[in-house]
Amino acid sequence: MKSKARLMQGNEACVEGAIAAGMRFFAGYPITPSTEIAEFSAEKLPLVGGRFIQMEDEIASMAAIIGASLAGVKSMTATSGPGFSLKQENIGYAALAEVPCVIVDVQRSGPSTGLPTSPAQGDIMQARWGTHGDHPIIALTPSSVRETFDLTIKAFNLSEKYRVPVILLMDEIIGHMRERVELPDISEIEIINRKKPAVSREEYLPYKADDDLIPPMACYGEGYRFHVTGLAHDETGFPTNNPAVADKLYRRIVDKIEFHKDEIVEWEEQNTDDADIIIISVGGVARAADTAMKQLREKGIKVGTYRPITVWPFPDKRLVELADRVKAFVVAEMNLGQMVLEVERIIKDKAKLIKVNKVNGEAIYPEEIMEKIEEVL
Amino acid sequence: MNINETVTDKLVVNENWCKGCGICVKFCPKNVLKIENEKVKIVDIDKCIQCGLCELRCPDYAIYVRGK
Amino acid sequence: MPSEIVNKYFRTNKLPQIWCPGCGHGIITRAITVAIDKLGLDRDKICIVSGIGCSSRAPGYMDFDTLHTTHGRALAFATGIKMANPELKVIVITGDGDATAIGGNHLIHACRRNIDITTIIYNNNIYGMTGGQYSPTTPKFDKGTTVPYGNVDKAFDIPALAIAAGATYVGRSTAYHTQLLISLIENGIKNEGFSLIEAISVCPTYYGRKNKKGSAVEMLEWQKEHAVNIAAASKMTPESLDGKFLIGEFKNSPEPEYTREYQKIIDRLKKE
Repeated sequence: MKSKARLMQGNEACVEGAIAAGMRFFAGYPITPSTEIAEFSAEKLPLVGGRFIQMEDEIASMAAIIGASLAGVKSMTATSGPGFSLKQENIGYAALAEVPCVIVDVQRSGPSTGLPTSPAQGDIMQARWGTHGDHPIIALTPSSVRETFDLTIKAFNLSEKYRVPVILLMDEIIGHMRERVELPDISEIEIINRKKPAVSREEYLPYKADDDLIPPMACYGEGYRFHVTGLAHDETGFPTNNPAVADKLYRRIVDKIEFHKDEIVEWEEQNTDDADIIIISVGGVARAADTAMKQLREKGIKVGTYRPITVWPFPDKRLVELADRVKAFVVAEMNLGQMVLEVERIIKDKAKLIKVNKVNGEAIYPEEIMEKIEEVL
Repeated sequence: MNINETVTDKLVVNENWCKGCGICVKFCPKNVLKIENEKVKIVDIDKCIQCGLCELRCPDYAIYVRGK
Repeated sequence: MPSEIVNKYFRTNKLPQIWCPGCGHGIITRAITVAIDKLGLDRDKICIVSGIGCSSRAPGYMDFDTLHTTHGRALAFATGIKMANPELKVIVITGDGDATAIGGNHLIHACRRNIDITTIIYNNNIYGMTGGQYSPTTPKFDKGTTVPYGNVDKAFDIPALAIAAGATYVGRSTAYHTQLLISLIENGIKNEGFSLIEAISVCPTYYGRKNKKGSAVEMLEWQKEHAVNIAAASKMTPESLDGKFLIGEFKNSPEPEYTREYQKIIDRLKKE
């Protein structure tokens, strides 16, 4: 049974998705353009027995969701650029301590306070490398209201499955856009929960991974009496200075995502079969790319689109295949060239690379992409 | 680990854990203890009244009163 | 074989602790376990959380659910744990720098919310782990590696700060006054709300050496001679209190607890 179609904002769809995925704790701090996510969470969580808290700052919000997750409750926070910067240290903590949690970043123009109410995609590299040290991360980029719902669920599922912080990398366009959506019935949604230890307290090694490189996770209050630290640790969870043990830990937490990359990555492509030119974009920009493609096709120009849905890890294998047979890629993004660095790394010099960048706080319009393509043809 | 423990009827001393800070020696009201080679030693166990002040303030849990 | 209390509540295979000889932190840590034992709490429903610094290594030695977090953020992590599972007794172990400098904002807001967390601040008046820099509780004119000519900052009075911010149970004791410390921690845990106990420790290695305070023994003797219980202080003249500091129970006035108040909202919505 499907719910009745209704007009919904991207930020609201995020909260609907989170609650459907099992989120029962949200900690946040007001920041434009993500504030509605906190507001909807405050309204909806107590209705399902969950809890909301507005913390004293962004850092505390990130810390609180890690704590709640360790106590066994699916947790999320939401923010934008300046807050995302503040959360980075604890995002690294979640990555090293392998605590599932979801961080929503509704990107706005920056750096610093920038243009608070204007869209941007300037946090693509920060989502990957914002915290210090080598670490795993997953980042998802929705480009519609309905997809925001779906990807928020996916964010929780991936986070629970791989014990990794997952970033829902939205942009102001998607966060504030309203679309008519029909949400699926809860029974149709696949929900993944973290795997639990099957052994007693005496036998439990909190950081001993199974063959899939993921350790089963107990939660506080269950009687396991285990230790969690942000220091490099061994399988028991206690700190170590042993170089071999530290090396093994760092490699495992990165490898566990790399190892499952084919299961994690997701992308969408349109009209790539005969395309001479492929536009690569994410989030709000992908909507302009779609229009540009259609209009150029009407003019007889063979354009396709490639939209990473997981921007991290980047869906690179398919891009390599496409690079062998297209003339050019156009990377359109609301920044001065971040995702293009990844594309460049993947396609090397197999195809021409054209950049469309905008950082004035306005969306990229289809015409701007079309003009650039027509210019180089 | 090789445990160097001195067990008497009244007190137990674990020399492995003792860091020789001397807190127990100073606050023992009956002068039962001393520090020797940076470790606590029992000098006169007969004087011990098992008040437990050594155990209460030992930062390293290297001394405690038995059977209390 | 360690003592009964140590054997019961410590991860004895991790002992002895990394702390320096004479460090007061071990005394305070044991005091916490004695308080827990006296209260007869279900140890599997206790979660001990810390930040970063010398004090914050304590939970690693304690056989409970334990969490060693990032610098200053223990209370924020602890708030998430308590919100996720209000049945858990949450105890935070933190230091003067961790709690009142980098974590100062979290401290005052946890006090304000009156969330049921018992916080024990191990105050050694210095940043020990990084080698002796001055902290927000280093007394004026004292020295540290970053105040080589004497500290010009004014020190925080931690209990006064907590009381002003709204904590419902506040006390102070010292490593020397261990029995008092145990009873304050006991009462703090019993208070359903935010409790703060300042435990004045001794750091002979950095604070003591930098300020010519002598050995750990001499520093504990100083505590013995300069601490005055608040109950006794009311009957003393201002002159006789000169140069002394107060210990004891400074505030004990329960108020509605945060997660219980939130639960009332959940329950009310369920009925509607």
